[in-house]
Order: sequence, then C-alpha cells, then structure tokens
Amino acid sequence: MGPHPTSRMPSLTALADILHHGLVWRVGELARVETPCIPSGFAALDAELPGGGWPAGVLTELLPEHIGIGEVRALGPALARLSGQGQWVAWIAPPYLPYAPALQAAGIDLARVMVVRTKSPQESLWAIEQALQSGACGAVLGWPEKASFTQLRRLQIAAEGSQALAFLFRSPLAAREASPAALRLHLQSMKGELAVRILKRRGGPLARPILLTPAPVIETPPCHASPINHAVDRPLPPAPCARILPARLAHG
Amino acid sequence: MARAAAAALAPNLRVRERDAQAELEALEGLAAWAGRYTPNVALACGAAGPQGLLLEVSGSLKLFGSTAAIATGLAQGAAEMGYTASPAAAPTAHGAWLLARAGSPSPCLELSDLSRRLQPLPVEILDCGSRTLATLEAVGVRTLGEVLTLPRAGLARRFGQALCDELDRALGTRPDPRVFFAPPERFHAGLELPSEVRDAGALVFALQRLIVQLGGFLAARDGGVQRLRIELFHKETSTDVEIGLVRPGRDIEHFSLLVREKLSALSLKQPVRRIALAADDILAIAPENLDLLDQTFKRPGDWHGLIERLRARLGNYAVSGLATGEAHRPEAAWHVAEPGERSPAPGFGTRPLWLLPQPKRLEAVGSLPLCDGPLALLAGPERIESGWWDGHDATRDYYVARAGTESLLWVYRERDPAKAHWYLHGIFG
Repeated sequence: MGPHPTSRMPSLTALADILHHGLVWRVGELARVETPCIPSGFAALDAELPGGGWPAGVLTELLPEHIGIGEVRALGPALARLSGQGQWVAWIAPPYLPYAPALQAAGIDLARVMVVRTKSPQESLWAIEQALQSGACGAVLGWPEKASFTQLRRLQIAAEGSQALAFLFRSPLAAREASPAALRLHLQSMKGELAVRILKRRGGPLARPILLTPAPVIETPPCHASPINHAVDRPLPPAPCARILPARLAHG
Repeated sequence: MARAAAAALAPNLRVRERDAQAELEALEGLAAWAGRYTPNVALACGAAGPQGLLLEVSGSLKLFGSTAAIATGLAQGAAEMGYTASPAAAPTAHGAWLLARAGSPSPCLELSDLSRRLQPLPVEILDCGSRTLATLEAVGVRTLGEVLTLPRAGLARRFGQALCDELDRALGTRPDPRVFFAPPERFHAGLELPSEVRDAGALVFALQRLIVQLGGFLAARDGGVQRLRIELFHKETSTDVEIGLVRPGRDIEHFSLLVREKLSALSLKQPVRRIALAADDILAIAPENLDLLDQTFKRPGDWHGLIERLRARLGNYAVSGLATGEAHRPEAAWHVAEPGERSPAPGFGTRPLWLLPQPKRLEAVGSLPLCDGPLALLAGPERIESGWWDGHDATRDYYVARAGTESLLWVYRERDPAKAHWYLHGIFG
C-alpha cells in the first residue's frame, strides 16, 4: 500500500487530469488521447478516432470481411506520410506479394519498405513483436493468421513500448473474441465504398459505419456497354513501336 | 608428479596430453584480441615456448587512463573468454614478465623502483633453465635479490652468461628488442568443448568466448565484419552456419544476439565436439553522418539491427525490400531488392496492391470471367504487350473487375486467340 492521499475525494482537477490521460473516459464521449497519432488521410475517419488519427504505440486490429475491398489501401495516406519522413514500414507475413508499383503510386517510398515472409503463425508473431520492439519502424503491418489473447497481449505491450503504428489484419470472425487491441475496426465494402465500423476504441463504440473511398479510385468507363471482343481486338496503345525499336537497334 | 602417484591421490583424475599447438593458437588469439589496447603486442617466450603476452602500453596510457585500467580490462576480457590472466606492469618488458609470473599485480611504474620489486621474487621464475636453477639452489640462492648480490664476474662464470643477460634485460641495463605479433588478416578462433553438446542453445555460451575475442580483434584493426561463419565440428563431419549483417559492424552484444537467434533455429543432427568462429573479410566501418540542421527528419531507429535479427532467425531470404523495374510486364515491373534500395519511379496505370505470385486461371462463361460467381468488368482494357524478346511474351488485356463479394480484382485475358483464357493476377487490397 502506498501512502494515503491527503483527501479521500479526488478533487475535480484530479478527475479532469485522469480523463485527460485517456485511460478513463466518459461513456458517449471520445477519449482525449495524448499518444501521438498519424492522420489517416480521411477526415471522416479521423473525426471518430481518439486523437484524430491512427494511434501510435497501441495495437490496431483491422477485420476486413473480404480481401480486396481496400483494407490496405485505406492505410495508404498514413504509410505514405511515414515513409516520406524516412520511417520504415514493415509488412510481416502478407497474404500476397505487395506490388511495388501500386505502393509507389500510393506515395509510399519503396526504400523504406521491408517485407518479411514467415513459415508459421509463431514466426509471424515473433517477427511482429521484434519489429515493434526494435523501434526501427514507423508502421508495422502484420497478418498473423491466428493469435491467442495472450499473444495479442504481448504484441500490445510491444506496441506500447514503440512509437509505431501497429496494424494487425485478422479474420472478421475474430470480432467475436476479446482482444487487448485499443482500436478494432470492421471493414466491409458497401456499394463500392469502404465501410468502417468501429468495434472498439477509447470512448464508446460507434454504431454507424464511416464510408471511405481509398485510392486508386476506379473510374468506370462504359466498358460493358461495348462488347468485350470488340474492345480486345481494337489495337489500343501503339504496341508495335516497342516491337520495332529494339529490333532495329539489334540489327543496327 | 608421476601419473600413477597422481591417480592414487585422486582416483577420478582425468589425464590429458598437453597440446602445445592448441596453447599457441589460444595465445595468438589472445594476442590478436589484446591489440585493442596497443598495436605493440609480443608473445613472451619462456623456456617451453610462448607462454604469455607482452604489451607495450606507454603510448596507450593517455587513452585508457592508467596501467591499472588496462590491467583490469585485460583480466576481465580474458575471463570472458574463459582464461585467467595474471597481469603485471613494469618499465621493462622482462621485468613485467617476471612480476606477472610471480603473481605480483601492483604495477611498478618507476625504473628506480624495479630492482626493489624484483628482489623478493623466487629464482624459479627465471627463464635460465633447470640446470642453472639447480645450481642456484645448491649454493643456497633462493631469491632474485640474492642473485643480484653475488659478485658479477663470478656469476657469469659459474652460472652462464644467459643468467646475467636475463637479469640485465629485466633491470633495463641491456636492450631487449621484441618482435611484435602481426595479427592475421582473417579471424578464425576455435574452441574444444569439454564434452559433446547436442543442444544448439548450449553452444551459445561457448561461442560467447569467441565473440569476445572477435570484438578485440576488430577493435585492434578498427574494422568490422559483414559475414560471420560458425563452424560446428562433429565426430567426422562439420556444419557451417552463416550469419550476415546488413552493414559491417563490430558490436559484440549484437553479434551475441544474432548468434543466439541463429542457433535457436538450428536443429543439430549430431553432437558437436568443437566450435569455431570465422570472419574472412574485415571491412572498414563507415562513420554515420547525421543531419545537424534538418531536425524534422526523424531518424529511423536501428533498422539494420532489426533486419539482421529477423534474418538470423527466419533465414536470409525471409526479409527483403521492394523495387520497381522499367519493364511493363506486370510480373517484371517489380523485383525483390535489398531493404533500403532506391528505385526509379516510372509511371504505371492503375495497379493492384497485391500481386499473385502466379496468375490464376479463371473459368469463363461466354465473354465474362468467373471467380466465385461472374465478375463485373469496371475498367479496361489496358493492353500490355511486352517480353517477346526474352521468350516471356505477354500480350494481355487487363481489366479491373468486381467480384460478388465487392472485392476489386485485376484480371486479364490472353490476346492470343488460341488460348484466350482469363486469369486473375492481382487484388486491390
């Protein structure tokens, strides 16, 4: 037991202090968080995230309903900003190859991208923990496949010791399980937009989804209007140029 | 003592042959390590070959503070490598050698003081040979002080010139040139294990000794290593374990960490009898330049260290960077690179965040591809025709397609009418 406080009732200023630190919050109010945040690049989302952006130094879980709905593209602006500051972005056990031209198009500096391939969920968790503990990364994106509460707790502690954004991509089924992550988002596609539902944050959960449109925005030209065969047969870019030029060089 | 007599006293005695070659190797290893204190290290030869190290430290006192600091460092380093050092300091090389052999650690810093310090030492520590020692004992001379009081002319006649020379060298009245040890170009140090080891983790402790030795070796040469090789010797075969660093380094704590990760991922098929640590290329360490003025640029942490640790545990190819290429064929428009490598920024069209390692053939109904239901083509075609010169022709029309799950996919159709199939090549993650 520590020494007794001078007064049994904490004064109002002390209460305000506690609320200010974001560890305790009023129901129905967003906690004010002192931890550094990186703007997500989507004003509608920033408005609902405590601190006004992706929180650094805590675990953030992303639970996309399907792959390919923009679940990673939604992080693009934040990752671009971090890599632009010279910070590393580690991709640990991604489900497919992160495609370099797309990352570059999203503004992410490829010289600050590190891809880690693992052979088992254990290795993935270990690598995520190492990346967070090292303090070398500005953001760590991990696809751990499966993780127990204790393992997530370890990652949350590793994240707390770092200044990094820590994103874990997990199956939407994980939403039913408890998690020590400070922020949990369910992602779903809704009429071509990305619907983000906040399952857990410092502050109450949010019932209504936030709609985002992550880049690249696909324009839909009247592609099905014209028959496909016609489109294929039409010689679109002047491809023969590429054929002729190197050939000439070769003969000349 | 005879072997039988010793065995009678201690029934559990294990007798080993003295291995002069191993002793010399160990001593040379220590000499290379001691180079961190001074470039002038010599092997001290006793009657039975090299038995100790002589360090000329007068030029290093300013850097390290005092002879006592150097002596402490030597004793500590030797202990970390599994040896016991008995350091001593004196104004002459042979004087220091005699003090060290007599186990007299307090440094003697003045030449005028040396004679007084040497006088009480027993004559057995002299290098002059057992016959001379027997003669000295026979005439009742037990200490160096007693030898020095004997008349000089008679001393040389009775006991040989070697004894006089040795005393003169110790006292500094006769020059004592030494050949300094030349450290080898490459680092290689081995260690015989006291018993066979089957658990890779247990090797870490033994390797730690060799890592300390490597640290001194590198400090002496002001260099670093980028590749380390651990050699594990079994009964007949041996196993090599390579450790690579992103940039040359000489932080022995970091080496220990990497060795631990590497060995923990290793499963030993046979027990290990002997280990060795080798570094073939000693490289210069580039000093780190930090921008003094641009404070907005946050310094990325120790990312080299992170990559090395991940590679030590997961394998060298498990960690990579990404780069774009100049080619337009999607699978050739990127390549795996060393992390941190800069790449050109050619413009591409709309590209998916995930690329499939191999395009996946899709079924089709009429002119529409299927992937868990029919796909809706949203954008395209983007025609890509390239690679004919290297035998990897690609003539494809790429489309952005939407699946029933609302996932955005990157699909293409071969233009060759003979095999006009649909393929899934990427996902807009």
